[in-house]
Amino acid sequence: MAYRSGLLSPMAERDKLAHLLRRATFGPTAEEVDAAERDGLEATIARLVGPSDPNLGPPIPVITNDPVDSLPRDATGAQREAARKTRETQIATITNWWLDRMVVAGSQLEEKMAFFWHGHWATSIEKVDSAHLMLLQHNTFRRYGQGDFAAFVKAMVRDPALILWLDGQRNTRKAPNENLARELLELFCLGIGNYTEDDVKAGARALTGWVVERGSGKTRLDMSRYDAGEKTILGQTGKFDADGFADVLLNLPASQRFVARRLWFRFASGDPVPEEVLHKLVSAYHAGKGITTMLLAMFSHPAFLATRGQLVKQPLEWAVGAMRQLGLRPSTLAENDRKQLMNSLDGLDQVPFRPPSVGGWPHGAAWLTSHSIQVRLRLAEMLAARTPNSVLAKLNEAPQEGRPDALAKLLVVDAWTPRTRAVLDGAAKDSRKMLALGLVSPEYSVH
Amino acid sequence: MDFLTRRKFLLASGVTGAGAIAAGVTWLPMKEIMQTAGELTGLAPGVPKILVIVTLYGGNDGLNTVIPYNDPAYAKARPDLAYDEGEVLKLDEVAGLNPALKGMHQAFERKQVAIVRSVGYPKPDRSHFRSMDIWHTGEPERPGNTGWLGRWLDTAGGDPRLAVSFEQVLPPLLAGEASAGAVVGGNGLRLPKTFNMKSISGLGQVVPGEPKLQARAASCFEALAGVDQLIKDVIEDAAERAKAGETQATGTGGQTAIQQQFNLVAQCIEAKVATRVFSVSLGGFDTHADEKQPHQTLLGMLDRAVTGFLDRMSKSEQGKNVVVLVYSEFGRRVKANASDGTDHGTASDVFLLGHGVKGGIYGQPPDLKDLDRGGDLKYTTDFRDVYATVLERVLETDADRVLPKWSGRLPQIV
Repeated sequence: MAYRSGLLSPMAERDKLAHLLRRATFGPTAEEVDAAERDGLEATIARLVGPSDPNLGPPIPVITNDPVDSLPRDATGAQREAARKTRETQIATITNWWLDRMVVAGSQLEEKMAFFWHGHWATSIEKVDSAHLMLLQHNTFRRYGQGDFAAFVKAMVRDPALILWLDGQRNTRKAPNENLARELLELFCLGIGNYTEDDVKAGARALTGWVVERGSGKTRLDMSRYDAGEKTILGQTGKFDADGFADVLLNLPASQRFVARRLWFRFASGDPVPEEVLHKLVSAYHAGKGITTMLLAMFSHPAFLATRGQLVKQPLEWAVGAMRQLGLRPSTLAENDRKQLMNSLDGLDQVPFRPPSVGGWPHGAAWLTSHSIQVRLRLAEMLAARTPNSVLAKLNEAPQEGRPDALAKLLVVDAWTPRTRAVLDGAAKDSRKMLALGLVSPEYSVH
Repeated sequence: MDFLTRRKFLLASGVTGAGAIAAGVTWLPMKEIMQTAGELTGLAPGVPKILVIVTLYGGNDGLNTVIPYNDPAYAKARPDLAYDEGEVLKLDEVAGLNPALKGMHQAFERKQVAIVRSVGYPKPDRSHFRSMDIWHTGEPERPGNTGWLGRWLDTAGGDPRLAVSFEQVLPPLLAGEASAGAVVGGNGLRLPKTFNMKSISGLGQVVPGEPKLQARAASCFEALAGVDQLIKDVIEDAAERAKAGETQATGTGGQTAIQQQFNLVAQCIEAKVATRVFSVSLGGFDTHADEKQPHQTLLGMLDRAVTGFLDRMSKSEQGKNVVVLVYSEFGRRVKANASDGTDHGTASDVFLLGHGVKGGIYGQPPDLKDLDRGGDLKYTTDFRDVYATVLERVLETDADRVLPKWSGRLPQIV
């Protein structure tokens, strides 16, 4: 039988649901697709964007201050060393926690959105160097990331981690530093082509004066460093401060269009969003509860269903999805395995809290390199080796020639190409080996 | 933007989705490149023929690279960042090199370094991503999705072996419309025991009709088999020739990433492979605060790698056919910010180095008293003049096919 990717034929209902869940979650299990099939598309979308699932996963770690920055001035060398160690432990703790939560949490879309915003306001712990501040920012993503984008932006211009990341604490009336203002225009709110260099300069003046107390994570406006003068930003003139600047930005239709494009880019397709869809998403934003309503409109749009196969799984989506489907959980892996997992994510260039630049994570074909495949081979081998027998039984129960089909169901792959099918058939005697091959397969690499 | 590494920058660039790359033509078995050993013909002694392009990612601070040491406006604009006359390595009565560029200074005195001053493009863009896209594409008005050397490769027949990068992903500048350069990188291939070459190449068969990105994923498997061979062949070849006393052995250990890239380039050139363009890069130039020392460290890495390479090239005939071009996406603002750093700027210097280069200073030095409205330097030489000159004088190509209707050229610099 000739291979048909199914892209040209009408989608089976189950394939539609699988597509939705692959995008709106970190990787659905077969049981989740079964449940969605029972509920139907509309109800499934409503549940995804609806109130939290009671299973939140492991609770957010509590970190009240940064151990190093809270030291008294006269701290001894030994105290400093100990504080640095504590900080390192905190950084490992929040990284492990988030990874674990991505796998376990019932509210998968909420987790996906927290991750989306992390990539949007891409801030790295490499420079911020404080688990406490990164976690404060993370909580802001969860608190504001579903509703009104304007409120969200106003919270972010006060966010200590973002301010430190983009040198905002160095931005003063006497000597403006443009870093934060530029990225607010270019990467966070409007996108290139919607502002001028003069807007960057004036925006930087509006953002002057914010200082961060690193120990406590409090930010405040120091009036002696703030430029209270008149600014002209994007055609508006006034004595704008940070909030005023945000209002000018967010009153532009370009800002909602920008957010809609970014959501489409990560949840739907690397191809540009069709103008008609963009229009719908922006209207939905205004008509309802901001970002959540925009998501609802996106998932419900027929154009979204047509984007199957148009995204490459990001390494975290790939690894977290695999663990969800294989019944594995990072926090219960043996120490060595957990280390291997974290090292592999590092090798794949995607570790939570460590985006490569303020531009966020790469996209699409950029993830598909021979180098990344080598890392995936090793990680896939480990994950397959640790897969519990109860999960493996789902493959072994099938007769040998049917095992690749059982594998497709387990991994929520719509269909194998004859190419991959032949490779899986060749390994079907050894279901762990077949599983590892399925995990690295081209079909499982995209969604 | 911070902590931007070379590889990650490449990943973030909008150009990487370009035509030829999307088709998946990225990796080549090295065997195929090494099989071209000896194929580089038509070499005339000392006449440029091979280009090594060095990209400095993050915006190298031009004013602290080629320093207007006795310009009071410079010292005034950067009280804590400026170098004084006693520190710089003098080039002439107005300009001196950063003290970290000792080797390049010596090469300048040997007349093997040409420095083109104040290079830029109209309406400078201060976004790293956008500006780097502009330099990669050579299209400042509207960066498209092909790189300037990728378009050259299209005109040169499209054989990927002609344009090679030792970076982990293909730099956008090597992506053409119909063809793309080859990438050689990573370490040797050791398959985990679950996998064998048969299954790997099995997964590498592209199936007609499958989604584009899925096909791309498959093609990575196809390429995987070639990766190991590629590195092995270069290293073996170098070792053999070292044994035969033809050249020095590969340096090992303690090398910076850019040195390693240059070593692989050197090995290829010594083997006279068919490659005409090599791409090399160094990242980390994106600093905004307390940047004097880190900047000097980076320049030192660049200096050691480039001058080590030039020395090595001077030992073979074909090495004298090499031209190295060093550039960054923009310079920095004249005035320091309050954080002892500099913000994104505009025009900066481009370096051309090699045996066949007519050393000296070209173009207009920056005028710190005549800044644009943003407090930035005005460019006086368009970067396309540099590209066009290199296309004609090094790659022996009609520049019009790569940069249509661009008539600007540098004086007889190579």
